[in-house]
Order: sequence, then C-alpha cells, then structure tokens
Amino acid sequence: MLISCPYCGPRDVSEFTYQGDATRTRPDPASADAAAWHEYVYERSNEAGPHREFWQHAGGCRAHVVVIRNTVTHEISSVAPARGDRI
Amino acid sequence: MVEQMSPLGDAYVPGSHGNFADGTGVKISLPQPGSIVEATAWPGREAALAGAIERVTGLSLPHHPGGGVVTGDRSGFGIGPRKWLLTDAAEGLAETLRDALGIENGTVTDLSHGRTAIRLEGERAEWVLAKFFALDFSSDAFPVGSGRATMHHDILAQIQRTGPSRFNLYVFRTFARSFWRVLCHGAEEVGYEVR
Ligand SMILES: [Zn+2]
Repeated sequence: MLISCPYCGPRDVSEFTYQGDATRTRPDPASADAAAWHEYVYERSNEAGPHREFWQHAGGCRAHVVVIRNTVTHEISSVAPARGDRI
Repeated sequence: MVEQMSPLGDAYVPGSHGNFADGTGVKISLPQPGSIVEATAWPGREAALAGAIERVTGLSLPHHPGGGVVTGDRSGFGIGPRKWLLTDAAEGLAETLRDALGIENGTVTDLSHGRTAIRLEGERAEWVLAKFFALDFSSDAFPVGSGRATMHHDILAQIQRTGPSRFNLYVFRTFARSFWRVLCHGAEEVGYEVR
C-alpha cells in the first residue's frame, strides 16, 4: 500500500503510523456527559468502504495527514494535511 | 582538551574494502559538520524563517517540498512542512540563527551532537542507496541540492544530493554505527573506499 504524502509524494505504508479514526468529534472538554465520552473513546462503526482516518508520516516529514482509505480494497482516494494548512 | 570521539568507534576503518579489484564504486566518508540544525517556522512565518536563514547563512532556500541548496561550507534542504535541515562546517549556527529568527517566527533546534552525517559519493552511489531506500535516486527525480526524509527499517534518514553523484545522509547518532555497518555491507559488491 502506498500513501501519497502531500509533502513527500508516494511512500510505502511502512513509513506511516496509523493514528486512528478521523470521523470522531471530541465532546466539549468541559462536559461530564459519560455517554458522549464513552462513544468518543470506545465506539467505532467499523466501516466497510471509504473511511476517514489520521496517519502520521513518522518515517519521513513527520506531518499528520487525513487519509480516506477504502477498508475493503485499501484504495486511497484522498490524502490531505491534517491541520489543513499549505504544504 | 576533550578528545572528540567518532560515534562509529571501531566500525570506521579507512582504506579499500569489498570487491575493489577493478576500482571502487563509491567512497564513504564522515563530513563532520560543526553545526547540524533543524529550523521550523510557525504557520504563516515561512518567509521570516527563510529570510533569517539567508541573512545568517547566505543560503537562498527554494520553497517547494524537499528543495535545497549547497554551497562550500553550508547546506540546507526541506525535511517537512515549514521545516529545514541546515548544516555549517563551523560550530555555532544554532545560536546565531536563533538570535536572528526570534521566537515569534519559529524554533531552532541544535542537532549537531544528535545526528551523524555520512557522505556517499561515486559512480555507484545511486545504486547503493537504492538498495536501502524506496526512493527514485535518478537526478531527474532527485536533483542536486534537494533532499528527502525517509527511513531504512526504523532508522530515520534525511538525505541531500550534494552533487551529481554525491549524497549526504543524516542519521540519529545512536544508530550511526549500526547504519554505517549495513551501508558498508551494501557497498561491498561495488567496492568501497572509506576515508
Ligand atoms: Zn511526508
């Protein structure tokens, strides 16, 4: 599997570290809503198909990126800087 | 006076090695720059950092990813978004650049004792490097001056092409001896000279 880093170009997946599901939204940090925190921390929908996820190019430029990866085919349809700024 | 020690210890053996009966395909050496510095701009402050680098070092760094330049004593190349790796034959670059940059524009980290620079040059340099890294080392894809951040197994390597058949590799000093040994092993088939 190759991931096309916005800075470095296409690199082997072994240079990247998976950083988790990027579809979650963190509850208000001041909130004590146990159900909302439980859902944020533990609940995953386990999608079969395109999935939005965080990766870090740890063995390269070290940038964090948002990848849309098909969990069935491993096809990657999009890679973008996680913080949304220019490369 | 404190003795300066090589991180390579007894792995550094000057002379010709491997299959050198018909000449050596590469030379491997230790440039030992006095300064190795990582400079990072805060978002939106890239121009301020590039300006400070140019004032202090005279290096005019291109802005495209991996872009870099090499002059006699100094070098610089992009290693990530808003990040550059800079070297100087003289010590003290980190302090000078930190003063010129100002903390409102970015950070300067002195890696002079944290990295080891290894130079690989010769007509088989691309061939030897291609055994270790999944990168295109041809000069069209990897032009003189430019750099790449990659790794060999878990050893991070930042590589700059400093000439048509010459590369500098920067690796963590604690891994330098191990990496040096494996690099020499990979160069045996083409014959190599350590100096
Ligand atoms: Zn990258």
